[in-house]
Amino acid sequence: MSVDPPVAPKPGHPILDVLVDGFDYDMSMGEHVVRLDADQMVGFVGEAKSVGFESCMELTVVDYYRRRPVRYELVLVLLSRKHNLRLRIMVPVDEEKPIVPSLTELYPGTGFFEREVFDMFGISFEGNPDMTRILMPDDWVGHPLRKDFSVGSVPVQFRDAHKVT
Amino acid sequence: MEDDILPSDTAVEDAPVGGTSGDESDRRRIKELWVSGTEEPAWVTASTDEGAQEMLPREQELAAELHAQEGTSVLDDRLYEEDVIADETNIINMGPQHPSTHGVLRLQLELEGEIVRRAKPVIGYLHTGMEKTAETLTYLQGGTNVTRMDYLAPLHNELCFSLATERLLEVELPPRAMAIRILMTELNRISSHLVWAATQGMDIGALSMMIYGLRERELILAFFEKVTGLRMNHNYIRPGGVAADLPDGWEEDVVRILEVIPQGMEEYKDLLTGQPIFLERTQGVGVITADEAMAYGLGGPMLRASGVAWDLRKSEPYSGIENYEFDVPIGEHGDVYDRYMVRMAEIHESVKIVRQVLETMPDGDYRTGDLKVTPPPRARIDESMEALIHHFKIFTEGFKVPLGEVYQAIESPRGELGHYLVADGTAKPWRLHVRAPSFVNIQTLPVMMADQLLADAVATIASTDPVMGDCDR
Repeated sequence: MSVDPPVAPKPGHPILDVLVDGFDYDMSMGEHVVRLDADQMVGFVGEAKSVGFESCMELTVVDYYRRRPVRYELVLVLLSRKHNLRLRIMVPVDEEKPIVPSLTELYPGTGFFEREVFDMFGISFEGNPDMTRILMPDDWVGHPLRKDFSVGSVPVQFRDAHKVT
Repeated sequence: MEDDILPSDTAVEDAPVGGTSGDESDRRRIKELWVSGTEEPAWVTASTDEGAQEMLPREQELAAELHAQEGTSVLDDRLYEEDVIADETNIINMGPQHPSTHGVLRLQLELEGEIVRRAKPVIGYLHTGMEKTAETLTYLQGGTNVTRMDYLAPLHNELCFSLATERLLEVELPPRAMAIRILMTELNRISSHLVWAATQGMDIGALSMMIYGLRERELILAFFEKVTGLRMNHNYIRPGGVAADLPDGWEEDVVRILEVIPQGMEEYKDLLTGQPIFLERTQGVGVITADEAMAYGLGGPMLRASGVAWDLRKSEPYSGIENYEFDVPIGEHGDVYDRYMVRMAEIHESVKIVRQVLETMPDGDYRTGDLKVTPPPRARIDESMEALIHHFKIFTEGFKVPLGEVYQAIESPRGELGHYLVADGTAKPWRLHVRAPSFVNIQTLPVMMADQLLADAVATIASTDPVMGDCDR
């Protein structure tokens, strides 16, 4: 059995126009991008889910250490298969209070992504039932994808190398 | 007889029983003497240090976590009415060193008899910090890094990274470069699905399937070696095109592949499809409904087997795939059998695409003419000082990518592979996040495993086609 799925996303989709009305919205590199505050996030995502965005495909954080006044930025990509529409949501997260509401109630698939963000950046998700490390060992100290977490290096010692004096 | 097992200086009757001694040498003796059914020594009952991810008894878990472990977050399809009594269940550990976990996947399972009631996947055993590494490599070197993530579909990783970089650079590719990319990634899809078919067969006891699947894959890997120089980890698809043109006589190799693969498919059909044992082991096993699959963000064959017609090659076409004719096979029940049928049909569709690429391969350059990303031809370096400097600069400093961020998704054999790439105007990415399909697929294991036999759990793991390198990165 085979069926042709819907084809090609359209900019300025009617669903999108209603959804992003009153929010900071623009098109960037062919992607629909909405910038929100952290307290608007759950409400907006819930609204998006009700108009047909049935999946959250991506959740991650970018650390703009010393580049931006607000250090972290949470990035979500919602997908509506019915309308063939992708929506990227960007939420700034303050370094002083690295706590964001969890989306696991709306999209259970974000559970692993939230744990990954917690593991890598130390940002907690309020409401995630299993806020533990996922990729790093449980006793690891620090959050490796933060920009101030050094990759470290091994000093190379040329023990018997010819010395230039 | 016991004297044979124990060290010669150890007297059996002297060994303390019941774990009263903490001495290391005594402990060894106890270990060898203790048999189940007798009183358990202290070292048996002591904590095994499962860490924070340990699966806890039901009364200690949060309600939401319990739903996640039972796979009832979206749809409550529990088969049993009354509550599971804690005394009648065992929490056991499966993996990471287990032959049917496809690498280092670890599962904690709550068993009631032989029925899995809860499952919790534990990952991270293959984590090597590749996203951090990506921040220290230039865009040209980035391909060598991402190609090692999903080691069964390396070319898809390279393609996704290159597409993301090219979108930031706003580089246009010549038609031949795009056609070569499609040729290589579709062949890679076939080889990846063949490994999946081989391991799926192996995991449920059809051992000959393993040999057959790997036999045909070898043909494709030999072709890859001819084109890219390596069987895996090619770094062939690069920002700006591909690393080298196809070698002379590539057509014959592809024609041979196109002959052998469909023949092989007929053999797999005889081996598996329609075989009563195979049907018994796969039909109605590991079911995930369309609603659940979408709520968990699945893509690829996993989603299509549940009956959702969604293929990124159709809905968000990349690299000119819209120019080729192919169908999107979908399943109905979302069980292991449907995933098998969808992947098998996908091999046929990929064969169709490869045949069209073979017939319509355009002439021209295999990489973009944009000198910013393309090194000069080898012959020019011998003649021109500027070309030498240019070559040197590209490979030492790399090329600068303008400020911006993109999310690029492509259809990998395992589902939606997404790269979120943030460029800060330098020659290295500020951040690369890989939305790994295996990472998402493994999260749905509890949904598929709950309330089925432990033996079917193995078939279910195999049907998600997990690649731990992709999952843990």
